[in-house]
Amino acid sequence: MDPMAAIRDVFFQECEEQLAELETGLLRMEDGADDPDTVNAVFRAVHSIKGGAGIFSLDALVRFAHVFETSLDGVRSKRISVTPAVMKLLLRAADALADHVRAGREGAVAEPSKTAALVAEFTALNAGPTAASAPPPASAAPAAAATPTPPPEPAPAPAGRVWNIEFKPISSLYAKGNEAALLLRELGALGRVEVELHTESLPSLAEIEPEGAYLSWSARLYSECDETQVRDVFDFVDGDCTLSISLQAPQAAQPAAAEEPPEEFGFEFFPVTADTSESEHANEAAAEAHDHPEHHPAAVGPVEAMAAKAETASAVSATIRVDLDRVDRLIDLVGELVINEAMLSQRVLEAGLARASGVAMALDELEHLTREIQDSVMAIRAQPVRSVFQRMPRLVREVAAQTGKQVRLLTDGEGTEVDKTVIERIADPLTHMIRNAIDHGLESTEKRLAAGKPAEGVVRLTALHRSGRIVLEVSDDGGGINRPRVKAIAVEKGLIAADAQLSDEEIDNLIFLPGFSTAAVVSDISGRGVGMDVVRQSVTALGGRISIASRPGHGSTFTLSLPLTLAVLDGMVVSAAGHTLIIPLGTILETLQPREKDVHALDSELRVLALRGGYVPIVDVGLTLGYSDQPVEATQSVALLVEGEGRTKAVLLVDAIHGQRQVVIKSLEANYRAVPGIAAATVMGDGRVALILDVDAVVSGTRSDAPREPSLLEAR
Amino acid sequence: MSTSTVEDAAARELIAFRVGAQEFCINIMTVREIRGWTMATVLPRAPRFVRGVINLRGAVLPIVDLAIRLGLPSAEPTARNVIIVAQVNNQQIGLLVDEVSDILTTNEKDIQAAPDVSSELVRSFVRGLLSLDKRMISLISLDHLLAAPELEAA
Repeated sequence: MDPMAAIRDVFFQECEEQLAELETGLLRMEDGADDPDTVNAVFRAVHSIKGGAGIFSLDALVRFAHVFETSLDGVRSKRISVTPAVMKLLLRAADALADHVRAGREGAVAEPSKTAALVAEFTALNAGPTAASAPPPASAAPAAAATPTPPPEPAPAPAGRVWNIEFKPISSLYAKGNEAALLLRELGALGRVEVELHTESLPSLAEIEPEGAYLSWSARLYSECDETQVRDVFDFVDGDCTLSISLQAPQAAQPAAAEEPPEEFGFEFFPVTADTSESEHANEAAAEAHDHPEHHPAAVGPVEAMAAKAETASAVSATIRVDLDRVDRLIDLVGELVINEAMLSQRVLEAGLARASGVAMALDELEHLTREIQDSVMAIRAQPVRSVFQRMPRLVREVAAQTGKQVRLLTDGEGTEVDKTVIERIADPLTHMIRNAIDHGLESTEKRLAAGKPAEGVVRLTALHRSGRIVLEVSDDGGGINRPRVKAIAVEKGLIAADAQLSDEEIDNLIFLPGFSTAAVVSDISGRGVGMDVVRQSVTALGGRISIASRPGHGSTFTLSLPLTLAVLDGMVVSAAGHTLIIPLGTILETLQPREKDVHALDSELRVLALRGGYVPIVDVGLTLGYSDQPVEATQSVALLVEGEGRTKAVLLVDAIHGQRQVVIKSLEANYRAVPGIAAATVMGDGRVALILDVDAVVSGTRSDAPREPSLLEAR
Repeated sequence: MSTSTVEDAAARELIAFRVGAQEFCINIMTVREIRGWTMATVLPRAPRFVRGVINLRGAVLPIVDLAIRLGLPSAEPTARNVIIVAQVNNQQIGLLVDEVSDILTTNEKDIQAAPDVSSELVRSFVRGLLSLDKRMISLISLDHLLAAPELEAA
């Protein structure tokens, strides 16, 4: 990859982190935190984005960030008081900034109209009560278009030393085939570098000597490196240039933001004037800050920023970014290892080596190690759900604005870890559930006030681990499910019989039926005919379950339970007509031994099992998959009560159950194609492939809407 | 795409194998490995020529019984049978054959065009004929191995 593109990538990755920081900080401020730490963190985030964006000439982003930053500075200096209105503006601006960053990443420019309104609001805010005391209005309102692009500004003071390098090549440097640009670029490898070109000695074109050397550079290098390292860069041009390298005190080294009009709310991190006494004071403070990290005197902006940066730097170094492909490859390989290990154990057993022999003991060790490696590798892919949770505050703001409701989002358990494959796929259902909670769950402000509730509705998003699964809850303190209405709609849409007697729980679950939507008006937000049934479907597709609990007048809670990973599956190993199959454990409700009197034939093929007062269709797995052409005797088989999509239940008949195990999911499509009735494949301990039953497909095959498929035997 | 068609090079290496009494060959470049027969897991609703799937170092590999596929008499595979793992388009497929008989280096001009016959099977698989010491070897293309009408109908 082109090095610049790589740096650009890193910049955008960092932007995402800064944006997350910004959001977190703003939400803390919204909760009433007004300590300088929080405000500074927010300011720093915007400032860093602006600084980086300048380097990549993302002008629109820089201009917007600048206006945003100016206001934040106002907040920091208490010039602007944080009213709820201001808070909202800041949050919206954070969203807009995120849009800008995204646009910048895609090489586009964010919609200017959207930004313009915010810029105007900021301008008004900045001009606010102190307009008179502020220097020229233009500076208080650097209204984007009016001011030229601010020059790229340094990111917040990096930790470490600053080297001033004066570099003036003489003509022999070029004669020897050296190139000044390469040297300067090499400097960049040591740290962040700012280079200024001096063209003063460049003669007019008529006088120019083709082989002369007229240019010189002064560079400012922010780096921890020592002088030798800097000198090494210029090692090969020793004697062919004049070179001076000097170390600068951090404060004095900060570029005086000369282009910036002297604003009273300028850059606290980069004092324009830094006299000795001040820098001494700062150094003392730095020492103090290091001794007592929790104590941050407000006056030590630069040092504090540096200390903070250093802290983040050390935190960052503890993690590495790895391509997901590499991790997946590793997981595949470990899957192989597990299978091979199992095969080896089996061979050793077959070879008749006594369990007590050294070989068997070594094998046990190996097995233990293999499992541990598998667990550790799976842990690499585990990620906190934070990345998904962080998208939600913005969603809540947008939906709240669209519905005119006041909403507060509370989150808990962001640190709960789950496999990357799951993370990617919970965002959509969660988004839908949160929209639903605000749009349908929460009442309008008037209704809330009338019911004696606070005007602001609360939506709570929680994640936790429970018995090897991740549980996500979305709850609201709205009116709860309007059961009579839900039932009426279900009857009206022909989903249930008019005289059906349903328990409260059954009524609540009606909202998961396809084609059900309670909103009287199909709204922009959660309407459009896609309802909770879609959420339910996508959740079941992940091997998860969704349930609802509702108390009229007090709100509803949707609970989503998902497996921690999609790469492995807990399954029941069964055999049907002599073939080994895996049935996902999550679908099995219970296992039964059918009795003669409970089995009833509906027609020549379809049988049902009487179970606790109801009848459940029986699916003969061997017959359905075409492994056999003779139906098995129900009483001779083991029956598994399973639940498929849409809560349809069925009883699966198999020959025997061989136990339960965790299997690594392998795709059939990679080298073949999708097979009806089969979800995927796996490799068993004996090295053979076993098929994983697609319970949904098998169960829905029993319903009237599915045509009975011809048996495989006809094809064979 | 597979390179098992005759057009691409003048000199080419082919791998020859026996299915029943007949000999066939395919471009050696499509062959990934050759391994012994292991019991395959039967796939439901698969066409008859798909024997099932086996585990190829963690990947699920479908096994095509070439005898059935080419309309020849077939028998239950034994340990003497051989699976040729071939790359067909983006997939790897195992070909169940009786034995690998030869590796041939041949010239484009030695390959005769397949006779224009009405047989659907010949037209979709046979790309040319080679004669070698009185043996006739059919050069076959694997492109349509799985994408056959039978598979859709199954």
